[in-house]
Parts: sequence; C-alpha cells; structure tokens
Amino acid sequence: MKHILTIGGRQFRSYFNGPVAYIVICIVMLTLGFFFWKTFFLFGRASAREMFRWLGLILVFALPALTMGLLAEEKRTGTIELLITMPVTEAQVILGKFLGVFGLYAVLLALTLPYPMSVATLGDLDWGPVWGGYLGLVLQGSALLAIGLMASSWTNNQLIALFVALTLSVFFWVLDKFLALLPTNAASALEWLSFDYHFQSMARGVVDLRDVLFFLSVTIVALAAAFRALESRRWS
Amino acid sequence: MSDVMIEARDLTKHYGSVTALKNATFEVNRGEVVGFLGPNGAGKTTTMKILTCFIAPSEGTARVGGADIFEDPIAVRQAIGYLPESTPLYTEMLVLEYLEFAGKMRGLNGDGLRARLRKVVEETSLGDVIGKSIGELSKGFRQRVGLAQALIHEPPVLILDEPMSGLDPNQASEIRELIREIGRERTIILSTHNLAEVQVTCGRVLIISQGQLVADDTPEELAARAGKPRFIATVRRNGHSPADIREAFSKIGDAQSVKDRDGNGPNELIVEVVPKGTQDLRADIFQTAVAADLVLLGLEQRGENLEDIFRLLTTGTGGA
Repeated sequence: MKHILTIGGRQFRSYFNGPVAYIVICIVMLTLGFFFWKTFFLFGRASAREMFRWLGLILVFALPALTMGLLAEEKRTGTIELLITMPVTEAQVILGKFLGVFGLYAVLLALTLPYPMSVATLGDLDWGPVWGGYLGLVLQGSALLAIGLMASSWTNNQLIALFVALTLSVFFWVLDKFLALLPTNAASALEWLSFDYHFQSMARGVVDLRDVLFFLSVTIVALAAAFRALESRRWS
Repeated sequence: MSDVMIEARDLTKHYGSVTALKNATFEVNRGEVVGFLGPNGAGKTTTMKILTCFIAPSEGTARVGGADIFEDPIAVRQAIGYLPESTPLYTEMLVLEYLEFAGKMRGLNGDGLRARLRKVVEETSLGDVIGKSIGELSKGFRQRVGLAQALIHEPPVLILDEPMSGLDPNQASEIRELIREIGRERTIILSTHNLAEVQVTCGRVLIISQGQLVADDTPEELAARAGKPRFIATVRRNGHSPADIREAFSKIGDAQSVKDRDGNGPNELIVEVVPKGTQDLRADIFQTAVAADLVLLGLEQRGENLEDIFRLLTTGTGGA
C-alpha cells in the first residue's frame, strides 16, 4: 500500500510540474462555464442538472489527455525500467498510477464546487441530485481514467494512447444516443453499456447499486488489462 | 547468505526468432567488480534486464543475493541497485525529490531515509545541485543522480548498464573513480564496450559475443592468455639491406619470427621480433644490433592488449 501511495504521490506532483494538468483544468473550466451559464438564466431554475449534463460530456474528452502519458511516456523515456526494477509489483505500479491521476481528477472536481454553491445562493437548491451527480462523476471518471491508463499501457506513443482512449470513451458515451434506430433488444443492451445512461440516472439523484457496479466493473476490467499489458513485457 | 551474490544458470532469451542470449552461466562473488564486455547487441543489456527481473529469461534462471528471479523477484530487486542504459530519470523532478522517491520505493523513511540521503549525496558529490531539476543537469551529474538512486538503500549488488557512455573524458574518469570507491564494499556488474574502462575498474571480465559467454577471466590473465610479448626495434640501417637485417635478428636463439617494415625516412627500419615463449629479448636485440653494425634508435615491448583479445573473441565465427 505504501508503494502505491508513493507512486501515486509522485505522479500527482509531476502533473503540476508540466503544462498538461493546467491546460486540461483550464479548458474544462472554460467550456463548462460557457455551456452552463449560456442556458442557466433561460431555464430560470435553481438546479445544477445542466452542469452535470455538460461536465459528463466534457470529461469524456478531457480525461484521456490526463491519462495518455501515464505509462506511454515512461515507456518512451525508459523510466519505466527504473520504476519496475524497484521492489514493487506490476499491480502496485498500475494502482499507483491510477491513484495519481485520480487525485488530479479529484482536484478538478473540487474546482467545480463553486457552481452548485453559487446556484444555491440564487435559489433553493436541492442538494440530493448534486451529491448523486458528484458520485456519478467520480464513478464515470474512474472508468474513463482506467480506460485511458489501459490505452497508455498499450503503446509508447502518447498521441496513440490519447487517440485510443478518446475513441473508446466517446464510443461508450455515444452508445445510447442512436437507440431509436435499433430493434428493442439491441437497444436496451446498448443502453445498458452506455456510460451516459448510468451517469445521467445518478445525476437525477437516483443512486442505483447497478449503476455503481457497472462503473466499478469497467474500472476493474480496464485496470486488469493495463496490468496484463505491463506484465506481458517480461515474456515478450 | 553465501558468498555467491549472483548466480546465472543457462540463461537463454529469445525475442521472436532472434536469440539474444544463449546458455549464459556465470557466478559473481561478494565484493567483485565484474566488467561485462561485448559489442553492441551481444546480450549485455538483456542479461542485466533478466537479473533485475525486468524481463524473464526464456530458459534458465538466476539467483541474486540468494533469491530466485522467478520465485521472489521483489527480494531480488531489493538486493539490487540498478542503473539502466542512458540513465532514464524523471527529468521534471528535483534531484532531492527524486532521491527521496527512490528511497521510499526501497522501503526507507523518516530518519533512516534522511541519513541515507545525506550519505549518498555526499558520496556522489551532488550537494550543489540538490535543489535543481534533473532536466537541467549535465550528463555527468545525471549519471551521479542515477548512481545515487541505485545506492540509496545500500544494496549488496549494483548493476550498471553502460555507466560511462556518453560522458566526456573528465566526467567519465570521475564516475570511474566513484564506481571504484563504491566497489570496495559491494558486488558490481557493469557493462561497457570501452576496454580501457574495464582494465582500470574491474577485477574480472566477462566477454559476451552474439549471446554467448566467450571469456571469463581477470584482465591480466586474459591478456596473458592470448598474448605473447612482441619487441619492436627501430634501427638505422647504415646501408645494410632489410633482408640482411632480418637475417641478423633471426639468429637470436629465442626468436620465433621476425618481420620488418619501413620506418621514418629511407635509412630507418622497424623490426618486430616475436619470442618463442615469453622471454625478454631486449638485451639480445641490443647486442644483435651492435654486432650487425646497426644503430638502435628505439626499442619497445608490447603485450597483446585487451583490445586485441576482444577483437579476437568477438569477431569471426562467434567465439569458442
């Protein structure tokens, strides 16, 4: 556990030594501000629903930029060799990396707290859906981050990792958007696989165990795949 | 723990259809500094990556500090300080931050970590750059940071992959000095393709070529094994023909072969005399020159150096 924290802490701090974290945070905050306030006064309701709607989508595009370098860059520069030959297991490396990027994501989420807080000053805000929404963001975020980490473990090129993670993330987000065109059975299966479907139900304030388990399963599967990829180098 | 710190048994590694390492078997004892020598692509780095459990051998196994690389890779890694080729460090980190990280990863913390940090910073003379980011450092200083992180947990075994490559002669000699200092109490394997390095730093040489170990000896014994001394005499001919001069030197009792070539200017000749055994022929050469009415301008004894042996062992059919 200590090794996971050490690796995670180093990763977290190193984000702030480079530009990526600042750029991503800025872009997320600016786009969120733009879309949120654009329609907020039109609706004239003291609700943070719109924020979660937009944030859920923005993060689908933003998080792959945070994860792209996690392993790909270490493999490109060779630092992975020093890291792995320290007395740690591959699983600890993967979990440490995940923890590090998750810490940054937590900072990003904390920075959005002024939105519901300012809405609350304008009217009578129902905090239930807000906490549900944040729980949904945490869960959807960990699934996206795990997918990004997995993509990063497959290559030593950050841009390829970014592209693969973006493709997968957008794919899982978009799944429930074209259901009307499909037969019912296929539609409900696709809907069930869609990130947005599970996320939006939480953002309404309904925390269903099935949604929680869905995101946790995706996270675990993706982390396991990353672990396999990292470990496979020993036998290649 | 026994005195054998590294024990490699039949290490073989295939990358697809390429065999990078074939049946490498060797032992390294406590306190030895072993030079791992071979041309690029010979399998030096592969061997080191196997010993540090970064990759697994296709066949064979190894033990480091008593722990098996398959059964207990964590114990193996704990026993090793490793400096991979080209010193991959997190360039955005400060030197101190990085060494702290390396220490924590090796299980140090609190006062123990601080004490070790002080010690390695002193050993590797990093005091002046401790607050700089690694990316700003010169290659020589980066190499010191690399060594410092490898030393931080006082490992009994150090594995250094090309620790002197890419350094200018001053930096290289500083690092060499440092390695010699460190090697007093530790087992070290270092790889290089620089022969002078090995002769100065290592007590033992393993030569590897095309994935196979072709020699395992001290630098001196290797030189002695492959090389007879040769004597190179430069003489002023005083009108004698090269054939006559060669003839005169051939009469030295212990001379096995005599060759000659032109020296500087028309009146000078360089004669190379190889003895039958390892006799010292300098006196005979001097007397022969005087007797044959030649002026001896220079006389030099040359042993076969490591470079010749290296070339002999690593070219051609792939070694013995």
